[in-house]
Amino acid sequence: MSAVYVWIETFKGKALNSSWEALGAGKTVAAGLNVPLTALVFGENAAAVAAEAGTYGADKALICEDATLNGFRLEPYAALLSKLVSDNQPKAVLAIGTARGRELLAASAADTNSGLITEALTLEAQADGTLKVYRPVYAGKILSEAVGSAAGTQFVSLRGRAFKANAVNAGAKADVSSVPAVLAEADIATKIESFEEEAGTVSLTDAAIIVSGGRAMANNPAEAPAGTADAAVWKAKDGFANVIQPLADTLGAAVGASRAAVDAGYISYAHQVGQTGKVVSPDLYIACGISGAIQHQAGMRTSKVIVAVNKDGEAPIFKLARYGLVGDLYKIVPALTAELKKRLGK
Amino acid sequence: MIVHVVVFTRSTPDTAAKVEVNSSGVVTWGDAATVVNPWDEYALEEAILQAKNAGGKATVIAIGPEFHNEALKHSLAMGLDEAARVWDAALVGADSLGYATAAAGAVKKLGDIDLVIFGKESVDVGTDQHIYQTARKLGWTMLSYVSKILAVDYNAKTIKVERLLEQGKQIVTSKLLAVISVMKDINEPRYPSFIGIRKASKAVIPEWSLADLGVSAPTAQTHVTGLMNPPAKNVQVEMLDGTPEEQAAKLVDRLLEEKVL
Repeated sequence: MSAVYVWIETFKGKALNSSWEALGAGKTVAAGLNVPLTALVFGENAAAVAAEAGTYGADKALICEDATLNGFRLEPYAALLSKLVSDNQPKAVLAIGTARGRELLAASAADTNSGLITEALTLEAQADGTLKVYRPVYAGKILSEAVGSAAGTQFVSLRGRAFKANAVNAGAKADVSSVPAVLAEADIATKIESFEEEAGTVSLTDAAIIVSGGRAMANNPAEAPAGTADAAVWKAKDGFANVIQPLADTLGAAVGASRAAVDAGYISYAHQVGQTGKVVSPDLYIACGISGAIQHQAGMRTSKVIVAVNKDGEAPIFKLARYGLVGDLYKIVPALTAELKKRLGK
Repeated sequence: MIVHVVVFTRSTPDTAAKVEVNSSGVVTWGDAATVVNPWDEYALEEAILQAKNAGGKATVIAIGPEFHNEALKHSLAMGLDEAARVWDAALVGADSLGYATAAAGAVKKLGDIDLVIFGKESVDVGTDQHIYQTARKLGWTMLSYVSKILAVDYNAKTIKVERLLEQGKQIVTSKLLAVISVMKDINEPRYPSFIGIRKASKAVIPEWSLADLGVSAPTAQTHVTGLMNPPAKNVQVEMLDGTPEEQAAKLVDRLLEEKVL
């Protein structure tokens, strides 16, 4: 039963939108290899997500709704995926390279001694059955062309937002089969104690638009309340909450930050874009008060359109930007938010 | 029994260095220095802290040719107790399965190891897959994206960590033995001391072959078939002048034209 497997990542029983991008990439590869496209859905609500996968182009789905799979844990997920791969010898296993997707594919590739290529920007099935991929190395300074081996199962994790989802066909149905879990709860060493969700925010890696703030966030003209221990930190935090966030909300954007802003305590590390933060590739990246150090560029240089707002017209960020606005972000960003509200009718 | 922590590192070209593919198709960074893989600084610091807190020791290992000794010397200068480098002609062209096999072999050679630490990923090869695969080859629990170690008990063999995932923070407990990969948030890496640098410069770092580890390299299942400089992005910046309101209006015009809103 050869196939192309695509792992559909879920969170609280709902598929991540980026998983449909993986199914889009999978459709092309399955057609090239002339095998069916099979969605893998594990955990709560798997049957409903599998039905949704059918509308996004999956021919088949393998589901497992065992309680041990509610909430991703590597051990039970990898054990199950590895068994499915060993038993069924699929041609390929794909997933988006999210935190969970990366480790799941790597673990299962190791268990089955299969090849894995990560962070694919392109994916192509060649006539000899191998998969060919372009991927970034050296923080995006170099592109690497890599191929798998047609003899075994080829694992590939995909860069988010690099592939397009298939058009939804509401009438399409996947042929769904249920498979048993491999590990019992007693065999699993890790226990999830709690999960503190960052509610109401757009995920940086999925975002089509990102608004980022840098060191200059501290130049907020708003006065810190008397007795504030660190006025610069207060000003920057106030700026992120009351100047950057409203622009992000107007655009449906995620909020990013430079390392300088994170290290100064202006915003949490989860927002850091760059070499030791997240690598993002949105359609629009608006850098506010970010000089554009090479470490920051490593995280955002592949953004489609970059806008730089900075007081210093000589800042390196302008070498990367499509549009440059020299001036005080605390004047320009509120003006931009107001203009967008007016023009977008919000 | 003394607690023994192992941390992996590697030398990567300095972040600011111009890295390119030369006319022979080889990656080069000219005369630029190499640095410790930036994510590994946090892993090295955490190994030092864990060993110190438990009254144990920490060993740093690199897998690769001789220039990775630079990362190992930096590690020793920071305060790691011992260093070793694994290299073997059989690892030339190896993929992550080869790395993981060698890494797991090195951990087993060292004997009673309690915890293995990696930085979140390697910036040169642009991946983290070798970390998870090392855990699987060891048969140990993998705890990735660790932003805090909340509790660890090397006698009871338990660990409790905070992990930073896309949707928020997760608290997980697990049994040891474990491989963890750490994020930037976990600590403040120290700078090597002057005495540390002097000591490290004299250190002789042993090189272990795969035979020394008692493993053999698996056949690579993936191959790099080409390296190239990415197509130059021909961006010409357009400066938008005027009052903030005028700048904003001009920008919105352009963004609507670009269809990115």
